[in-house]
Amino acid sequence: MPRRLPGAGVQRNGTLSTGIGERVQRKEDRRLLNGQAKFVGDIRLPRQWEAAFVRSPLAHGHIRAIRKPAGSESRVFTAADLSDVRPIRAESSLPSYNASDQYPLARDKVRFVGECVAICIAPTRAEAEDLAELVEVEFDPLPAVVDALKARELGAALLHEEWGNNLFLTTYFDGDIEGLRRTAPVVVEREYSTARQCMNPMEGKGTLAHWDEKAGQLVVYTSTQVPHLIRSGLSQFLGLDQGQVRVIAPDVGGGFGYKCVLQPEELSVSWVARRTGRPIRWTEDRREHLVAGANTRQHHYRISAFADERGRILGLDAEITVDVGAYSVWPFTACLEAAQAGGNLPGPYDFGTYRCRTYSVATNKPAFTPYRGVARPGVCFAMELTIDAIAHAVGREPSEIRKENLVPAAKMPYTNVTKKFYDSGDYPESVAQAERAIDLKGFRERQQAARKAGRYLGVGFSTFTEQSAHGTKVFAAWGLPLVPGYDQAMVKITPSGSVEVRSGNHSFGQGLETTLAQVASEWLTVDVERISVVMGDTGVTPYSTGAYASRGMVMSGGAVSKAAEVLAGRIRRHAAHLLQCRAEDVRLAEGKAWHGVAHVSFEDIARVWYLRPDRLPDDVETTGLEVTEGYKPDIDTGVFTYATHAAIVEVDPETGKVAIEDYFIFEDCGRRVNPLILEGQAYGGAAQGIGTALFEEVLYDGNGQPLTSTLADYILPGPAELPHFRLGHAETLSPYTRHGIKGVGEGAAIAPGGAIINAVNDALRPFGVELHSIPATPEKVLHALLRARAGQEAAE
Amino acid sequence: MKPAPFDLIRPTDPAAAGLALAAGDGTAKVVSGSQSLGPMLNLRLARPEQLIDVTSLPGLTAMRETATHVEIGAAVTHARIEDGECPEPIAGILHHVAGGIAYRAVRNRGTIGGSLCHADPAADWVTAMTALGASVIATGPGGAREIAMTDFMLGAYRTALATNEIVTLIRIPRHSVEARWGYYKICRKVGEFADAIGAFVADPVSRTCRVVFGATGGAPLLSAELAGHVARTGAPAEIAAVKEVLANSGQALSEIKIHQLAVAHRRSVLEALADA
Repeated sequence: MPRRLPGAGVQRNGTLSTGIGERVQRKEDRRLLNGQAKFVGDIRLPRQWEAAFVRSPLAHGHIRAIRKPAGSESRVFTAADLSDVRPIRAESSLPSYNASDQYPLARDKVRFVGECVAICIAPTRAEAEDLAELVEVEFDPLPAVVDALKARELGAALLHEEWGNNLFLTTYFDGDIEGLRRTAPVVVEREYSTARQCMNPMEGKGTLAHWDEKAGQLVVYTSTQVPHLIRSGLSQFLGLDQGQVRVIAPDVGGGFGYKCVLQPEELSVSWVARRTGRPIRWTEDRREHLVAGANTRQHHYRISAFADERGRILGLDAEITVDVGAYSVWPFTACLEAAQAGGNLPGPYDFGTYRCRTYSVATNKPAFTPYRGVARPGVCFAMELTIDAIAHAVGREPSEIRKENLVPAAKMPYTNVTKKFYDSGDYPESVAQAERAIDLKGFRERQQAARKAGRYLGVGFSTFTEQSAHGTKVFAAWGLPLVPGYDQAMVKITPSGSVEVRSGNHSFGQGLETTLAQVASEWLTVDVERISVVMGDTGVTPYSTGAYASRGMVMSGGAVSKAAEVLAGRIRRHAAHLLQCRAEDVRLAEGKAWHGVAHVSFEDIARVWYLRPDRLPDDVETTGLEVTEGYKPDIDTGVFTYATHAAIVEVDPETGKVAIEDYFIFEDCGRRVNPLILEGQAYGGAAQGIGTALFEEVLYDGNGQPLTSTLADYILPGPAELPHFRLGHAETLSPYTRHGIKGVGEGAAIAPGGAIINAVNDALRPFGVELHSIPATPEKVLHALLRARAGQEAAE
Repeated sequence: MKPAPFDLIRPTDPAAAGLALAAGDGTAKVVSGSQSLGPMLNLRLARPEQLIDVTSLPGLTAMRETATHVEIGAAVTHARIEDGECPEPIAGILHHVAGGIAYRAVRNRGTIGGSLCHADPAADWVTAMTALGASVIATGPGGAREIAMTDFMLGAYRTALATNEIVTLIRIPRHSVEARWGYYKICRKVGEFADAIGAFVADPVSRTCRVVFGATGGAPLLSAELAGHVARTGAPAEIAAVKEVLANSGQALSEIKIHQLAVAHRRSVLEALADA
């Protein structure tokens, strides 16, 4: 009976397994939960100083003059000092795209409140802030562009004058909508909007840079999801050879997309560290995050849906406006959001006619950055409310309409109206599962009874597909400056027989240290406790474009799997020599190589290779016990996970407060590498989705001044606001990836807006109230109710 | 977000505190738990040159009961009141109000006196103490004086304290066993500042009945008219009637705010009378 190791897996085929599919406890949690993790803020280098930024107090204006405080000129740097740094410019080959130049410190013009204007350094942050206060900046204010719809109009003030308009990008899908408009029995027209948000990782952004004279390298510790990309970016814009830049992402306390782009502060801090020869650190504080990091989610939709009398969708006409802010982020550009929105709006539904225009509009706000779910929380909200509106128009139960319109399992694989290739799954069954779990029939009876007692309950569903781990061709089609290809990983046996995995990807909370170890464990049969995973350091890890687009397990997991498989083959051949048998007769189990009942441990094998090479055969493979492999799935178009969320809410019509009574998620993300971690991802994603649905909202006044610059004004949901989530799973393996894995990290953040607002609208149906924007704050719900009541009274 | 430089002074007797305050000539600020002032210092919205920490002053962390009053030292934390260390002027009210203030981490450091002196309209103690008919003892170089809550808070972040005075004690009249109270807070989420507070205290023995609205944007609003209605009828006024009182209160209240206050009031009264 093998020993059961702490945190380890279960018996499989009579042997211990910590491989794929096991509920292995997270290896990284010991340090994360005991305060032993090391974030950028925990690192202290000799002679290190701290940085504070002077940030623009204006949304839009010309910089007339910057005066450094007398006597401190050598500790304050402006764009004039950083003249050898190239502006951040993210090119794209998409037609109509306008690129922007973002100087790490504003030159000539500021374009949002919070834009960096100068960097000040001092022994402590407080002293650096004292210095920053003394820097005088004179501005000539310009009219602020705050409303993306107005910004599209002729005559609006221009952010980038050379463009002649405020449009980063417009895209089109064309279909015969005009024909449908004349003939469709049911037409539903709606406008929807989603608020601007901040991603609010627990750890904000942080960067610590120093010049390592011995290595001839700029070493940058930075809180990032994409260390290898940041290395490329720093090199490109600072004009350094890639060999002169090493990026190390230490422990990262959440990212959600916020940390997947090159930030101007990373460039400024690096430049100052190189110039002064001193380690320089900048640690983003919450106010900086809430002002200069208010960069995501803001969409507006105009939608016409056409259906038959039963609610079968015939076509969809949409106009999507994304409020992208002032600049185009590197490397993902200002286009990704709208491109994804236009491409993903039809979602999991089976219909043939679609027309969509998207506008990516420049406004005087921070530069749009993709956040968990990228565009899909917006499109899912718009589409799911439209489905309920159609159901209401034809007088049927919304979940019935959903089931009838979703792509049926029999049509899989299915290419949808925007040419998305849905690889596998049973979408209608996910709705049926949710109906059963939430007891829809019983609920309708309960709802009627509650209404008689003056209580307003509602139920809402929301179904989506999520393109995950999309690869080379998709990103190349978006014309991005950097296109992901083969993700690489290294797996080796150490002289002790333990395993070391190196990946260029990074974990910022997703548990990759555990799940990548599980993938290696699957092939090598070594317990995950004896598998160490090194990530985040470009100096020691093979290339990966990093963690975004729910790609980690598919891509890096695939690379680890491939490398571990090759290594397992080598171990068999080494073992065959020691066991005096043929390699194909060697079997790996429990971290040993077996021939019948005879066996050698990995330690024995490793000892011969590393320490007793005299015992190696003459024809030994010289590549040793270390393998680096590259991997991408058989298709580049991504693997599509899907889920249905169902929520039951109670709305207090006197206060407008929404209480979530029940919340069920049914999801299918292919092979579950670690169900425990996957459940955590679902809870966390849904919690953020509830923030989007009910709480989070960046507000601006007419001058582009942010009104939500502290957590007293920008409301995040807390534990007391979250329901007890219930989960159900299907496991339809992808035919195109190693182990059938699909991406899952982002998914659960997508659907709550649709499910909850559909539920709120269901609850408020007796009042004639239908909400179309999120978050549905109590004040907004109350406003709608008071307005409806006033309307009724006026009618009477 | 680090504060501008300041000197921290920690006097051990009230006279020294008063002197330090006077010497500061408007540049000094009293601090107790630092849960409101701390963030303002960090945001550099408050920039005192001296910070006078009063938590070491004698008696400021004591609580006691006299024949007529409950007396609470100004530097007593919300957490101690929440945990039941404090005598109650009416069963359960202080425990309830204290437990609803922000989060436990804030309650561990924040103090009742600090909260009253900060005079944030959306904070709990200013409203609860008004409803309880409490008063504060202000101590300065000239000695101590008692100020009724209704005279203490003048408006948002404004109090009747002289620049050289500090609040040392809160005095709350003890109510009879027949007294009833209700306290209903509408806020975005657990621990957030209130959007509206309804507070209600009635004691048939002393024939007092108070209706207070909190989180109005200014000092708590007392309504004798609505209190009279409850006393006469044994029930809260209809929402429409409450709204009318609020609309005519002289305070600039939005339509939503009036609605929220009316609902909070009604629920506080219903809560108080539920088990009567």
